[in-house]
Amino acid sequence: MDATVVPNYLKQPKGLKSWLFTLDHKRIGLLYLAGIMTFFIVGGVLALIIRLELLHPGKDLVGAKDVAFPRLNLASWYVYIFGALFALYSIIAGSVDTGWTFYTPYSTRTTTSVISMTLGVFILGFSSIFTGLNFIVTIHKLRIPGMTWFKMPLFVWGLYATAIIQVLATPVLGITLILLILERTFGIGIFDPSMGGDPVLYQHFFWFYSHPAVYIMILPGMGIISELIATFSHKKIFGYSAIAFSSLAIAFISFLVWGHHMFVSGQSELAAMIFSSLTFLVAIPSGIKVFNWLATMYKGRISLETPMLYALSFLFLFTIGGLTGIFLGALAVDVHLHDTYFIVAHFHYVMMGGTVMAFLGGLHFWWPKMFGRMYSERWGKISVALIFIGFNVTFFTQFILGAKGMPRRYYNYLDQYQPLHAFSSYGSWILGLGFLIMFIYLIHSLFRGRRASSNPWGSLTLEWTNSSPPPPENFLETPKLTHGPYDYDKVLVERE
Amino acid sequence: MSQSEGRPAHLAHHFSEVGQQKDSAKLGMWIFLLTEILLFGGLFCAYAVYRSWNPDMFYNAHKFLNVYLGTVNTFVLISSSLTIALAIHYIRLGRRRAAIIGLVLTIVFAIGFLIIKYFEYSHKFHLGQLPGKYYTFTGVEGTNPHIFFSIYFMMTGLHGLHVMAGIGIITWVLVKTVKGRFSPEYYTPMELTGLYWHLVDIIWIFLFPLLYLVG
Repeated sequence: MDATVVPNYLKQPKGLKSWLFTLDHKRIGLLYLAGIMTFFIVGGVLALIIRLELLHPGKDLVGAKDVAFPRLNLASWYVYIFGALFALYSIIAGSVDTGWTFYTPYSTRTTTSVISMTLGVFILGFSSIFTGLNFIVTIHKLRIPGMTWFKMPLFVWGLYATAIIQVLATPVLGITLILLILERTFGIGIFDPSMGGDPVLYQHFFWFYSHPAVYIMILPGMGIISELIATFSHKKIFGYSAIAFSSLAIAFISFLVWGHHMFVSGQSELAAMIFSSLTFLVAIPSGIKVFNWLATMYKGRISLETPMLYALSFLFLFTIGGLTGIFLGALAVDVHLHDTYFIVAHFHYVMMGGTVMAFLGGLHFWWPKMFGRMYSERWGKISVALIFIGFNVTFFTQFILGAKGMPRRYYNYLDQYQPLHAFSSYGSWILGLGFLIMFIYLIHSLFRGRRASSNPWGSLTLEWTNSSPPPPENFLETPKLTHGPYDYDKVLVERE
Repeated sequence: MSQSEGRPAHLAHHFSEVGQQKDSAKLGMWIFLLTEILLFGGLFCAYAVYRSWNPDMFYNAHKFLNVYLGTVNTFVLISSSLTIALAIHYIRLGRRRAAIIGLVLTIVFAIGFLIIKYFEYSHKFHLGQLPGKYYTFTGVEGTNPHIFFSIYFMMTGLHGLHVMAGIGIITWVLVKTVKGRFSPEYYTPMELTGLYWHLVDIIWIFLFPLLYLVG
């Protein structure tokens, strides 16, 4: 048992203070994990999910000893928790009835806690910007010698594209929220039609951020999927550069499509047509990714362990989510489907079927590295099956509900929708059971789980070359790159 | 772990050499400045939209801004950019006293800018040229003149907050310089503060013609 000799970042240094003031990116990652898990259980405010990409020991992937700015990294976490508590306080203490979009003019008139909620989101924005900035600099400047851009793991490319969106889009949301707060406090009239202002301008500002924001959530997930599929197919990733560039393409296109949220908001027909055709472009890089993942699996030695089952769920669900996005991007179809359960289902297939499945896959994949313990593979498989079935029962039903005209955000509905609503609710119970089982076996594994070896999956990326859990400074010596992250055709990996 | 000998005290453990650390810090600052431009970008966008809808009103309303004070403030800010650039120049040469004088002058100019701004603001408050629903002035021809003053106060107000933050940061750099923390080998915080201060300056260079010189 060499695990007793080598220091690891979980055990050293000890004490609560050493955690609260840590500058070690792995510990900060776990702080995010704890924070996100807590808020996930509490109910999951949108901006919290944005932070998913920080859950993983990402810096080990480029061979760096830490992120470029460790203090800023910790500050981001505190800012994040502070902002999230602010947002949570607004919901509990005053409630917010504007929906997550805060559309004016309603959001400037309602008496609910809009100001504290938007302040909370504004504060969260700082956390997002600082983290994006930190990641860009780390990826540019802290890669180990020999790790060229095209030897980086694809997860890192995903994080890079994500960080670019975070840095470019979040400030615009920031100023939008400030304007909204000023509109409420000083009545500046910018968004108020009775004072010569324009509420549609608010929507433009809002979606300029909030459309890219959903790509902030999905891009790290796509990066994780690239790692999972290569590792568990034991095959060199197919189309490395195509996958890498498609991440950047998604980031780029994400800034050009915001108007597709406003097809029925009174923007000009020409604008709607342009936004519609630009929206279809998103399908190209997304399709490139899906087909390259499939090609990677083709003739691979696929092993169906829990992380890979999540990756397969992702492929299935994200494809449905992506294709229904095309329906919604088509002008005439959108008029029928706008603000119905169809969009709710589409969003969940992309965000939950995509992002959350990738997150869970990544969590199960890096769990042994993060905590040095294995979880029960059998319960893992049962849980993924329940989550997959429960998810589809819950949300596929909502596509049908939406197509039949059930509007979103309604507290009550006509009798004709009752059977489908009931079916969807039953599905959510299956889904909930799957999550419950997962929480139980993961917590169990922390205390009773089998000790993990340094590389239980036989992966070729750098983080698996050090012990599980890794020492505080990641690598005792700057590691030497002897092979690429996906050279499964050249290197035979030992696994236990 | 044993630190290899010859590592300067200001080099953090996760960087392999000083140049890498400095490049990282600079890149980080440039990205931060980019986010600042995007933050102001929202307001510039609002300005463009409302000016294109109300060109006459914007013209009439802008006459009530004090071009004289605005011009003086422009020179004050440009001078402060020069003095902070000189401070960086002198610390690079190892002339600490000259650098300290440069920083002190920068702070003096920044405070001067805010004082002039205060007189401009209070005059407008007095006349009722206030943003949005608090607007009571009747002298501007055209519809919704309060929109112009809303935009004026938001843009110059956000810029003013950046000037205040700048004063705080420059003071912090000044304290460190007095304590002798910076040398020709290591003066990154001062250099980055300079970059930030130039951005604050440049934003004003855009605000001044757009608001004061619309005609």
